[in-house]
Amino acid sequence: MTDITSLSLTSLVDKVKKKELSSEEITKSFIERSEKSKKLNTYITDNFENALNKAKQFDEKPNLDLKLPGIPIAVKDLFCTKDVKTTAGSKILNNFIPPYESTVTQNMWNEGAILLGKLNCDEFAMGSSNETSFFGNVQNPIDENLVPGGSSGGSASALAAHLTPITIGTDTGGSIRQPASFTGTVGLKPTYGSCSRYGIVAFASSLDQAGPMSQNVKDCALLHEIISSYDSKDSTSIDFKRNEYSKELNNNIKGKKIGIPKEYRVDGMPEEIEELWKKGIEYVKDCGAEIIDISLPHTNYALPTYYIVAPAEASSNLARYDGVKYGFRADGINLIDMYEKTRSEGFGSEVQRRIMIGTYVLSSGYYDAYYLKAQKVRKLIKSDFDEAYKNVDAILTPSTPSSAFKIGEKTNDPISMYLNDIFTVPVNLAGLPGISIPAGHDKKGYPLGLQLIGKAFDEQNLLNIAYAMEEKIGFENKISDWWMK
Amino acid sequence: MSIDLKTIKHISKLSRISVDEERANKLAKDLSSIFEFIEKLNELKTDNVEPLTSVAETTLKLRPDEVKSENIREQIIKNSPDSNEDYFVVPKVIE
Repeated sequence: MTDITSLSLTSLVDKVKKKELSSEEITKSFIERSEKSKKLNTYITDNFENALNKAKQFDEKPNLDLKLPGIPIAVKDLFCTKDVKTTAGSKILNNFIPPYESTVTQNMWNEGAILLGKLNCDEFAMGSSNETSFFGNVQNPIDENLVPGGSSGGSASALAAHLTPITIGTDTGGSIRQPASFTGTVGLKPTYGSCSRYGIVAFASSLDQAGPMSQNVKDCALLHEIISSYDSKDSTSIDFKRNEYSKELNNNIKGKKIGIPKEYRVDGMPEEIEELWKKGIEYVKDCGAEIIDISLPHTNYALPTYYIVAPAEASSNLARYDGVKYGFRADGINLIDMYEKTRSEGFGSEVQRRIMIGTYVLSSGYYDAYYLKAQKVRKLIKSDFDEAYKNVDAILTPSTPSSAFKIGEKTNDPISMYLNDIFTVPVNLAGLPGISIPAGHDKKGYPLGLQLIGKAFDEQNLLNIAYAMEEKIGFENKISDWWMK
Repeated sequence: MSIDLKTIKHISKLSRISVDEERANKLAKDLSSIFEFIEKLNELKTDNVEPLTSVAETTLKLRPDEVKSENIREQIIKNSPDSNEDYFVVPKVIE
């Protein structure tokens, strides 16, 4: 493949700056390939016509000082985009057209990027396989009838299939890193407070973070430096000194200390994952970094904690969908009946399930037993990491306990679906940055990812380690374009 | 812990999501298994642990109390399922 769509973001930017490619040529290429890839069901809403017009406008007066000069980018449909339908993968927002723009996407447009379309995702980002979307399953370009992971499944699939040069997702419990791992791509969940949550459809506010998904670490660093910003419109946005992550990217990690947490060796984990992890350790050593065994004793309690905290916050955030001000409305004989029918018909079953869990744990008489308890355990989980970081610079784990699974394989058992996020959830609970990089293939030829977890606000170090490892790993994604045949 | 049908009906009411009998039964089964999973937390003694309410250890910033009104009424109303001039319309609540 030597066509435009196979190029990385960094080379596209480079070619635009050297005037070897125009924004129109690039945009057209991605649109054409997207048109031929409808079978993957990655797009909920396309913005192709607008994108092409914007590309032409850009070419008329190109500003080549921008970091994303005329680069078309499709984004997860959880980001509000002004005047472009934003659904969050839900029937209840099926007709919602935001009158405002999310800060993260605005940051991209400010650097010259062009909105290509809105990508499929699990409904309200609640899912690990993209199977809860009202707009249907997404196919993983790796193989037919394979889930792309979730909730940023459309983003991961579109990226791996080269329908967008780079993309953004959101990660509440692993929703960037797990689909990145399932599709052989790179996904970064930044430190909580690094990227503004303004204009992102809320799921669990104390856990949600937006982040870049890319073909390689360098692209990831570039997009991250663009989307990460202090924003007064998000009260949890943190005002810290942000690096120019791509410029400062450095693969010299000699002497860095990498922790290996013994608790991440879980029962029933396939041998292939264990092997991959061992290989990862060797790669790190090859780079001149030091391996240190560490313990994160409360790891096993992360998922139960998450399944209290996240649904509790979701039940509160999703109370706003009442069929009055925007979105879907079902008719009712009175106001209460209208609310109840709207929410019953408008939300899918996984979302309803989580709203009910959240409502229950916050209800009178149960708050202390569940929500308060979970907040206390969350503290213990965070303290584990604080303790570990006294001795190490970053932590290396597998990204997921398995490779991508078949569509329909886990839909009947919520717990087995939830277990997908066992290695990613603790990172959200502690508010830390985590990155998944492709590191190998299993026997079926499906990609497997390794996760690096960093200290809070230490994305530069995290990216550097990922960059060094990426070079050693030399991963190549096997995409056959089966869906076009 | 098992969640019974009566509890499901109670939380369905609290969360304003109507569920029929079949769905309620399914939810009772699902939630029971989820709560069984969640109850693992009871293994831990947490009496002396401070709850973590936010991972971001910052205090809320203050801003000047200025009106920043933009005239976006029309844009806002446009998204509503039912409106009348500048108002959202809901089923009648007062006799």
